Amino acid sequence: MGRVHTAISAAAPAFDVQSMRADFPILRQTVYGKPLVYLDNAATAQKPRAVIEAMARFYAEDYANVHRSVHALSERATQTYEEARGKVRRFLNARDDREIIFVRSTTEAINLVAHSYGRTRLGPGDEIVLSVMEHHSNIVPWQLVCQDRGAVLRVVPITDDGELLMEEYARLLSSRTKLVAMAHVSNALGTINPLAPIIAMAHARQIPVLIDGAQAVPHLPVDVQALNCDFYAFSGHKLYGPSGIGVLYGKADLLEAMPPYQSGGEMISSVSFERTTYDRLPYKFEAGTPHIAGAVGLGAALDYVGALGMRAIAAHDRKLLAYATNQLSRVPRVRLIGTAKEKVGVVSFVVAGVHPHDVATVLDREGIAIRAGHHCAQPLMQRFAISGTARASLALYNTREDIDALVAGLGEVLEVFA
Amino acid sequence: MSNEVRDLYREIVIEHSKRPRNFRKLESVPAAEGYNPLCGDRVTVYVDVTGEQLNDIAFEGSGCAVCVGSASMMTEILKGKSREEAAQIFDSFRALVTSGAQVSCPPALGDLVAFAGVRAFPSRIKCALLPWETLWRVISPPHPDPLPSTSSGQALGGEGTHFAPSPSGPSTPSRLRS
Repeated sequence: MGRVHTAISAAAPAFDVQSMRADFPILRQTVYGKPLVYLDNAATAQKPRAVIEAMARFYAEDYANVHRSVHALSERATQTYEEARGKVRRFLNARDDREIIFVRSTTEAINLVAHSYGRTRLGPGDEIVLSVMEHHSNIVPWQLVCQDRGAVLRVVPITDDGELLMEEYARLLSSRTKLVAMAHVSNALGTINPLAPIIAMAHARQIPVLIDGAQAVPHLPVDVQALNCDFYAFSGHKLYGPSGIGVLYGKADLLEAMPPYQSGGEMISSVSFERTTYDRLPYKFEAGTPHIAGAVGLGAALDYVGALGMRAIAAHDRKLLAYATNQLSRVPRVRLIGTAKEKVGVVSFVVAGVHPHDVATVLDREGIAIRAGHHCAQPLMQRFAISGTARASLALYNTREDIDALVAGLGEVLEVFA
Repeated sequence: MSNEVRDLYREIVIEHSKRPRNFRKLESVPAAEGYNPLCGDRVTVYVDVTGEQLNDIAFEGSGCAVCVGSASMMTEILKGKSREEAAQIFDSFRALVTSGAQVSCPPALGDLVAFAGVRAFPSRIKCALLPWETLWRVISPPHPDPLPSTSSGQALGGEGTHFAPSPSGPSTPSRLRS
């Protein structure tokens, strides 16, 4: 960590990928005798030593349960856990720590809103608007709550480039719309959705907006106050933090009005068999002992990307995406899926005559890790009339050499499937 | 390119995957659908069976080269065989792709030995077996489901699911994997 801080302060905008790679111990290995080329970052990103060590140190030195006991360890653990919440608040530029709820994952964050907000605010005939490019985790929770409440999902279509059809979005918003749930960035296409008009148009009708930020936070600076979204969900593990910890941001007034999602310990103020009063925000939504070390690890990950600067990370991502797009476009039989003007470093493609899983298997034996399949976005695959894609997704530690290895690996694919 | 990759994608497997044999629907015969939600392989296997005899076998669907190649070669080798013979060949094939065992005694697997390389790719074994397990659901007692089926019958090994359209909203698979 110290070295990164020094590097940044000494030579301001330098984005030294090689030195960053050294921060990620897992990258220094060979797979099947080839140097590991990790391009499956949209599934999950690798962890810098700073995160691994912060969690190990927390367990070795400061671990106890939080918000419960008066002893020294519990006070230190509580302080460290709450410091992590503060780091998340600053990372998202939220107004207040009370608006930051620790959950397991983006999926749990969306389920929290679907249960707590959806089940209390939705009635028969009400509608939820989302897009065809959503991850299953931003479809199925809404589908279930709709089935429960007699409400209906309305789906915004996209262009062949993978861009939202904004006029269709405008048309779908109505007095029946009770919520808009939209990906910030598509996990399968890389498309960055135009959140400013999406949110403004919904708010013009007093419709709250939930943003699935799982794929956005590793690539882009996010400011929830500037966006003015009502909910924003993301996971730690795609942002170089541990798995099992995620965040729901919600505007305090909305969260205050929502009933608890899960119940039990930690989230109560007082309990009797006649009546339970709930704790204040954010604890009302954090039933049970949380993933304390996970929050600490996420805090360390936010320190790490914060020291590099999300703007610098985004600039690196844009440059490498442009290179990857250019190089992959030249490979025969390769067709890119997702060619929106505004994209992050997610490159989905199909190879004519070769199933994505066969592409991934051949690449794997070259030491190249990508994802193949429907990417938990089956409606989107149906939209493009394909069973799946191969997907290379970039992180701050990826280099042009990684892209060159991918292109060379695709040469092998074409040779096997000549 | 590694030898393991060459052994997985033997020429004959790729040839069958590009030009699958018996790739069609058989009308009015028992059938089953096998689906691997992990990778999207999907096959429907049709079997014209009289008594113990498998008169004709065909399949439809889409999947990776291992799955489609396996399905194509399966239809060729099992056509005209008895259930008993089919069971022996399936056992041998399963042993071949899971452990690489070359079964010394008959039945001979013929061209199917090309799948011996699959064992080096644990995540792909299910691709090779999916068509066979799907066929097995058709021909093994007690109650093969003729299509269209509303049941969500499990394939052997639990990989198979059917799509169950939900009562409202877009149709969603009954099982989703991330």
